[in-house]
Amino acid sequence: MSNHLSIIFLILILLPFLTQSFSPKKVLILLDDFSLKSSHSLYFTSLKNRNYHLDFHLATDSNLKLSQHGEYLYDGLILFSPTVQKFGGSLDLNSVLGFVDSGRNLILAVDESASDLVKEIATECGVDFDEDSGAVVIDHGSFADGDHMLIASDDFIDSDVILGKEKIEAPVLFKGIGHALNPVNSQVLKVLSASPWAYSANPESKLSSPPSLTGSRISLVSVVQTTLSRVAKASETLCLVLPDNIGFRRIKAIALFSPDDFKILQARNNARILISGSLDLFSNRLFKSGVQKAGSSTNEELMGKPTFDDRYLRSGNEQFTTELSRWVFNERGHLKAVNVRHNKVGETVEPSMYRITDDLEYSVEIYEWSGTSWEPYVSDDVQIQFYMMSPYVLKTLATDKKGLYYTSFKVPDVYGVFQFKVEYHKLGYTSLSLAKQIPVRPFRHNEYERFLTAAFPYYGASFSTMAGFFVFSIIYLYNK
Amino acid sequence: MAAAASALENEKDSKKLRYAFGNVLSLFILLLIGVLAFSIRLFSVIKYESVIHEFDPYFNYRVTQFLTKNGIYDFWNWFDDRTWYPLGRVIGGTVYPGLTLTAGSLWWFLNSLNIPLSVETVCVFTAPIFSAIAAWATYLLTKEVKGTGAGLTAAVLLAMVPSYISRSVAGSYDNEAVAIFALIFTFYLYIKTLNTGSLFYATLNALAYFYMVCSWGGYTFIINLIPMHVLLCIVTGRYSSRLYIAYAPLVVLGTLLAALVPVVGFNAVMTSEHFASFLVFIIIHVVALVYYIKGILSQKMFKVAVTLVVSVGMVVCLAMVAVLVALVASSPTKGWSGRSLSLLDPTYASKYIPIIASVSEHQPPTWPSYFMDINVLAFLVPAGIISCFLPLSDASSFVVLYIVTSVYFSGVMVRLMLVLAPAACIMSGIALSEAFDVFTRSIKCQLPELLSDSQPGAGDMASGNTVVHNDTVKVDKHSNAEKNDETVKERPSKKNRKKEKEPVEKVSIKSRIEKRLLVLPLETSIIAIVLLILLGAFYVVHCVWAASEAYSAPSIVLTSHSHDGLHVFDDFREAYAWLSHNTDVDDKESILTSLNACVLMGIPILINTHGPLSVFTVQHSLAVKTNKLVASWWDYGYQTTAMANRTVIVDNNTWNNTHIATVGTAMSSPEKAAWEIFNSLDVKYVLVVFGGLVGYPSDDINKFLWMVRIGGGVFPHIKEPDYLRDGQYRIDSQATPTMLNSLMYKLSYYRFVETDGKGFDRVRRTEIGKKYFKLTHFEEVFTTHHWMVRLYKLKSPKNRIRGKAKKSKSNQKTSSTARLKSADKIKKNPWH
Repeated sequence: MSNHLSIIFLILILLPFLTQSFSPKKVLILLDDFSLKSSHSLYFTSLKNRNYHLDFHLATDSNLKLSQHGEYLYDGLILFSPTVQKFGGSLDLNSVLGFVDSGRNLILAVDESASDLVKEIATECGVDFDEDSGAVVIDHGSFADGDHMLIASDDFIDSDVILGKEKIEAPVLFKGIGHALNPVNSQVLKVLSASPWAYSANPESKLSSPPSLTGSRISLVSVVQTTLSRVAKASETLCLVLPDNIGFRRIKAIALFSPDDFKILQARNNARILISGSLDLFSNRLFKSGVQKAGSSTNEELMGKPTFDDRYLRSGNEQFTTELSRWVFNERGHLKAVNVRHNKVGETVEPSMYRITDDLEYSVEIYEWSGTSWEPYVSDDVQIQFYMMSPYVLKTLATDKKGLYYTSFKVPDVYGVFQFKVEYHKLGYTSLSLAKQIPVRPFRHNEYERFLTAAFPYYGASFSTMAGFFVFSIIYLYNK
Repeated sequence: MAAAASALENEKDSKKLRYAFGNVLSLFILLLIGVLAFSIRLFSVIKYESVIHEFDPYFNYRVTQFLTKNGIYDFWNWFDDRTWYPLGRVIGGTVYPGLTLTAGSLWWFLNSLNIPLSVETVCVFTAPIFSAIAAWATYLLTKEVKGTGAGLTAAVLLAMVPSYISRSVAGSYDNEAVAIFALIFTFYLYIKTLNTGSLFYATLNALAYFYMVCSWGGYTFIINLIPMHVLLCIVTGRYSSRLYIAYAPLVVLGTLLAALVPVVGFNAVMTSEHFASFLVFIIIHVVALVYYIKGILSQKMFKVAVTLVVSVGMVVCLAMVAVLVALVASSPTKGWSGRSLSLLDPTYASKYIPIIASVSEHQPPTWPSYFMDINVLAFLVPAGIISCFLPLSDASSFVVLYIVTSVYFSGVMVRLMLVLAPAACIMSGIALSEAFDVFTRSIKCQLPELLSDSQPGAGDMASGNTVVHNDTVKVDKHSNAEKNDETVKERPSKKNRKKEKEPVEKVSIKSRIEKRLLVLPLETSIIAIVLLILLGAFYVVHCVWAASEAYSAPSIVLTSHSHDGLHVFDDFREAYAWLSHNTDVDDKESILTSLNACVLMGIPILINTHGPLSVFTVQHSLAVKTNKLVASWWDYGYQTTAMANRTVIVDNNTWNNTHIATVGTAMSSPEKAAWEIFNSLDVKYVLVVFGGLVGYPSDDINKFLWMVRIGGGVFPHIKEPDYLRDGQYRIDSQATPTMLNSLMYKLSYYRFVETDGKGFDRVRRTEIGKKYFKLTHFEEVFTTHHWMVRLYKLKSPKNRIRGKAKKSKSNQKTSSTARLKSADKIKKNPWH
């Protein structure tokens, strides 16, 4: 009876995941007005072509809702509504942030007309805008079409994971406001920086004091990858509940039912956020316009070098935004670790406890999401720590190129509650933090050496004393 | 002639009968003493419930459970990963196993007799059982010293001495419960060996010593007291072969056996606490040799030999002492453990080891506590000492030495009052029985004379006696003791001791003359006896009161009487129960086990994956293995592991000062720093004991200064003066900002103002200094009914890190107003 019950139970649990597995990912797009739908159609088309279900709404639509009955309705959110003062429906600042905190993804574009609400969302994610709300990024060095506020920048982040393997040749055209990053925040990355001679100021007013945001400190486009550490809700938990109680170092990205189950993984995983200071960045106009970076050759000219004609027919915007959206929607750089195993050398069962100086084997499988399937992740820099307050063993894991990472080492001669820790934080990739407690005990009383060579003199001494005493007793007693 | 012979025979017969009757009577009395000792300790069970008390007993209980479940080898090798996270503790090697093994074998024995008692029941009643046995051991010891009467008196006194009751009420399942018995029994066997010179008793003595070493760290008292006594005997010229037999086997066998106990191990030969015994061991051999040589050499030759040996011996001794001193001096603590050092130098602990000084039972006692714990015995002890000197035998000199040293030690540490108690009982037993001896004999001598006719001699005698009152007593005692001495030297027989009971007519003429001298006036005797009985009655009343009121509270359940009746505070168990029931771990565990079960049953799982089975197993083992970590001050460590089954950072076995100091530092740090410390230790929950609402004085705020001291001892950035305002420890508005911002303060007083609107602390009798504040890194998860235990959870680190947020100021404003609003809304404490 209990068998049947548990089967039914199991099926009930699995049902939602099985049904959800192959449905397209739903993205909610909030707009200021529907004209944006056509003016930015190229961007939306590229998303649609990649099997995203796009759901367009006005940001003030009174029927807006992100979640229903505690379940989120969307996997991603695109906020192309910089001017909105107050969202319609049940949406507000906290619900958007909650959406992000649940591990879902957000693309946020602002411009010089951005409202406090939208800026606040961005600030909560770790970026700071210029205090002067009218300020835009101005660059007298590298601009396009004679407009000093239309910047052409090619100062990209150096990461294949975020921007794709294919190099972006043409500069990206940008028109909007810049922001700075909180230096203590390691989650935020500058993807597109302004040139060293750019600054942020209000073009309407006269510049009375030096601008607060200048040079390459200005970030034009940033991405955030949060480190998720919230405890999963019970309803979401079951299959993947990852033991999140090993201190705070949780296993974040382990264990999925189905390799295709994108949603689940995402729910467990790091949220990705894109913050762009320009909405026009995504527009058809800038996608199509050619670019000649006016300032790019200025320096060389001044140095008397021949002018280099870097004129491109199309700007890099399309490639840039598309590749970024791939990253933000977890099509790249998305890792999962499964099948953490450890055992004594020569055994296969996982022991509940090791002894000091045991030899053990540890292995973990790491896969990367390719957009359609889980592919083995190949790298030579995954390390394991055998950790108790500080790492006692630190080893680089060997890989078989098929996703399996393994190593073996000797347990140190110290007892205590250790942890197998894999802390893999690589730029652009999902952070993997695997921790697993394992106690290490000292020798049992019968595991020590029975006879020590060094002690033989003592054995000899005691036995000879005994023999001597025996002989003495006999002589003393009977020799009279 | 024939008539005389038959009379003699008759006398012999009646004597025999009387001895038999006396034996049966004393056996019966002993039985009653046992019943008394057991039943006076049951108040805690009757008034509260059959439950383990206090802190350490919970650990012992947990260890006993482990022992009964897993057997002795697993117990010996037990590595406990539930305490001292992440260091763990090797329980088998760091615990005195005597108590556990005793209770464990008791349980096993009862179960094999098909008496299915739970381990807890056995543990609860171990201490009362052993106090009955300890009373019998006291009888034996005192009997060896001063005879049966003194023995019985001492036993009955010990059966209900409050000092011992405080450590051995039902439920107080601690080492001392069996250790006091072991202590007394070891002393008895030592005296027995000393009196008989039997190697059999010497071997038993070593075994009893072994049991004591197994049971309690206080065994060092034995291994120092006995050498002291041996030395005393040698110095006073009382060396005999009996002394040698009593001592030498004890040192050899005892040290070997002691080294077998894992927790002692090589300490038995390495630490200074044991050196005295070895030194005396050498000395007694030298002395034995000297006596032997003296026996075979002529007087003149002996003198020559003495000068030779002394000069050579001095050189050797000096060399050895030099080596010893060098060895000892090279070790940082001079070879003494902190606790022992604080025994020798009472100010040592408070100067150097706050962790020892922080325990209330390691403080010097106050005078009232002597009266509380040994009551009238304190007044009887001097009389006992005097009677021990009349005459001074080996045995009586031992008990004198015992009382003197234990008085000193009890003056250093309140806890060692427990060692004083048996000594005081023995002394008082001797004093009382001697006094009764004298008085009853006086009455006996005079009653017949009074009854027959008023002889003029009686008046004479009485008047004469009043003059030489004191002398007679002394002479009497002297003579009596002389007899004792004789018995000691021959075989111990009860012949001489029963003399006082013989009818006056049958006493020989010689003894009659002697007796006549020792008789006190009748009235004086009667009054004195009445007074003594009154004194005894006072003692009994006090003991019963102490047993029922003062010492029977289990300290995990508290009660208080007020005008509206009895209040029961069961907050500790409430909190521990909450902890053990409200963790995700256990939920997960149950669900995953069911899933795991169906996987194991071979039901195919229809998912294309990298092996759900392996995933399950991984998670399952994780769910079982990982545990919610609870941080609290170390006092509550044992209870948390035993009652809530949760891993703790530190517990009452204070073996790692640094670890405790880390927790102390966290408690005295501001919230953020504390959060970081706790997070680095993987702590999930923080437990705080708070008595401010109900006036429970031993809460964490009162212990807080010790946390600061202990923390500051290792981490110098914590400074005690920062927490004191002009040297005063206060929590009101005058308190220092460091104090008001410390984690302990915040966790104790969080939301406290909501209870009465003012935040009046009933322990400190003042209004708290900081009333409205928010916790940023901790969240309250549970507070017990009377607010005595408060549990906080560490907030997870933030998902997102904000930008530097220009609008933070306006934000704060809004949030603070929001908080004020919400503070109004929060429901009142249900207790009010």
